[in-house]
Amino acid sequence: MKRLSRLRRHHAAGPILLIFALFTIGTTFQVASAVNSESPSVADRSVAIEEGKQIFLKGCSSCHGLNAEGAEIAPSLIGVGAASVDFQVGTGRMPMADMSQQAMRKKPVYTPEEVYALAMYVASLAPGPEIPTEEALNYERDGSVAEGGELFRTNCAMCHNFAGQGGALTQGKYAPTIMGVEPKHIYEAMITGPQSMPVFSDKTITPEEKLSIIKWAKAAEAEPQLGGAALGRVGPVTEGLLVWTLGIGLLVGVAVWLAMKAK
Amino acid sequence: MTARERVAGNVAGYVDDRTGAAKWMKKNLTKVFPDHWSFLLGEICLYSFVILLLSGTFLTFWFDPSMKEVVYDGSYEPLKGLKMSAAYASTLDISFEVRGGLLMRQIHHWAALIFMVGIVVHLMRVYFTGAFRKPREFNWIIGVGLLTLGIVEGFLGYSLPDDLLSGTGIRIAEAIIQAIPVVGSYLAFFAFGGAFPGEAFIPRIYTVHILLLPGIFLALITVHLMLVWYQKHTQFPGPGRTEKNVVGYPLMPVYMAKAGGFFFIVFGVTAFLGAVASINPIWLYGPYTPAQVSAGSQPDWYMGWLDGLVRMAPPIETHALGYTISWNILIPGLIVPGIMFTGLALYPFIESWATGDKREHHLLDRPRNTPNRTAIGVMALTFTLVSLLNGGNDIIATTFHLTINQMMWFSRIAIIVLPPIAFVVTKRLCLSLQRADRDLVLHGRETGRLVRMPSGEFIEVHEPISAEKAWVLTSHEQLAPLELPEHDGAGVRRPGALKNKIRNRISRAAAVAVPKATETERRELEGHH
Repeated sequence: MKRLSRLRRHHAAGPILLIFALFTIGTTFQVASAVNSESPSVADRSVAIEEGKQIFLKGCSSCHGLNAEGAEIAPSLIGVGAASVDFQVGTGRMPMADMSQQAMRKKPVYTPEEVYALAMYVASLAPGPEIPTEEALNYERDGSVAEGGELFRTNCAMCHNFAGQGGALTQGKYAPTIMGVEPKHIYEAMITGPQSMPVFSDKTITPEEKLSIIKWAKAAEAEPQLGGAALGRVGPVTEGLLVWTLGIGLLVGVAVWLAMKAK
Repeated sequence: MTARERVAGNVAGYVDDRTGAAKWMKKNLTKVFPDHWSFLLGEICLYSFVILLLSGTFLTFWFDPSMKEVVYDGSYEPLKGLKMSAAYASTLDISFEVRGGLLMRQIHHWAALIFMVGIVVHLMRVYFTGAFRKPREFNWIIGVGLLTLGIVEGFLGYSLPDDLLSGTGIRIAEAIIQAIPVVGSYLAFFAFGGAFPGEAFIPRIYTVHILLLPGIFLALITVHLMLVWYQKHTQFPGPGRTEKNVVGYPLMPVYMAKAGGFFFIVFGVTAFLGAVASINPIWLYGPYTPAQVSAGSQPDWYMGWLDGLVRMAPPIETHALGYTISWNILIPGLIVPGIMFTGLALYPFIESWATGDKREHHLLDRPRNTPNRTAIGVMALTFTLVSLLNGGNDIIATTFHLTINQMMWFSRIAIIVLPPIAFVVTKRLCLSLQRADRDLVLHGRETGRLVRMPSGEFIEVHEPISAEKAWVLTSHEQLAPLELPEHDGAGVRRPGALKNKIRNRISRAAAVAVPKATETERRELEGHH
């Protein structure tokens, strides 16, 4: 008893308990919030549409209107197509967390099955861009990295940065990073033009060229850090930061040490 | 004769037996250098310049400064089969085919950044301690010249590989040249040998980058060091240090060992950065074509403040007599930097004119003892820092979830409002520090020991500071303001009254100080604590 009381009063007891508590809570949360990710079942289309309508009425209609006709704060969804829904909801952008400048990518609210049902429902309202099939997305087979890089630098880099790291747009909007984005979602973004992004129709960039861009993006994602720490791949700003902190810091530190009087 | 002098003597004797230079060598090898860490900042520049020469020579073995179109067939897969200039392709080859090439490229670029950081930090040391005062004004001007040329040289090096980022940079440089009224377009055509980008620019700047500017650097650095040698190094005030002596260590062996060792440390730090941190990954940028541009295109940091000034300029243009004057580029790209560098170069003369101090100075000022100068320096740094931050506004905006418009408006306002605030705050801080110094001299150091007196009173024991410390805190002189006559005896304005009025005002501002503790005051207070 006495030992326990002494341990309790040890000056490290507080911090250790705090770390332990944070660790426990974090682990519990992680386990509890883990979702089972199953691929969307090939549900009967009409069943999916009906299911999607129910989800839509519950989760989307307050902004987009009971018949997806749109309202003051949100656009009409008639004719946006399944690809648009799959991108917006599948990447967690919709439903929006808040009415800020731009819908942020976040953890999806709906399961893949629910996203599929929603997409089918919206697609049933009017024809629009379809979700690309897995066969159509075979970028490994149909794409070319070098050509994709050239297309990316010509059409995408001005907003998404030379290495696809994203960049700033006006008024707080931004082009998000494309690193770690599903090939399907990159494809859908190009054909639907979400938020500030323009639509790249199949006439502007052919489907094969789109696959090349995806192949390049995946290659950039997997590229090893060739020259050492990549510093975010955003160009000279982080390089300047490093030289003004670590670089000159080390040198001044040594200079101070050298100039100290030998004892 | 001390051991140290014996070493110097031995070396001199060895060389004398072969060249007969003993007298000259003995004199110079025993030359004394004062010891302070901030006196090594200039050496960082010197050593990184040596590293730049060595690594740059290595790079010239493989770099092909040509705009000839080639098809890439190297080992970097994502660019295979693309058409590009030979300059870009050979830079890729240096990075991926030449053994140690990427490391050398990265060492060269990191050394360039360290060179420029070193120059700026060294300049700050020289400025804030007043080391630029008579007789060192010329050396100050040479230093400002080296800073200016360093920015140009760095920019040319950044431009050489003809990648997407550097091409964008050259495009902006071309725009700045074009912004010069009337002759701008002609100058741009002259520099590029025709329309942008042309085939002439890369080979031309290559010659300037590897021959002309390094040659000028070498000459200027030599003169810079010879003047330091001839005028002797300044020293911080301290007991036994006067305007007529130099207290420190002899060149041979102490300073030679320290400085020689420091060279390897600078080389080591540069090589370490080159080995662990990627810099200018041109293979990611891709080859330059004028049709492409990347988000977040930035220059290296030493140009970043210029870019930031251009980025914050409101879009104002005038059309007159068939010419367009782009004020939005002309002012931030040429006029403001012109004023800044001219002011920097002329500062020693302006200060001595305003304060009337024409004497030689070899003892340095502690920055707090010259509040006006220190405050002007911090004001200039604040201006530059605001523009530098705005130069990275897009990266900062996305990283910290700000809007680029807010950043721009913040910078537009801050660049006007913050420098004067920085001036006032710095000046007050300096005066407070002077007050603290005065307190320290008169009342000693607070020991934190509380003693209860027999009467019941509690007092904190103050310990007198050492005589050395007291000397450092009180040996500086406090300039009186100039009292130049503005009127003659009859109360009529004399010729030159305006000039005298300006000088009086500046010197009055420069003379604001907390009276330093005098010996009498100190004696009077003795026994109190």
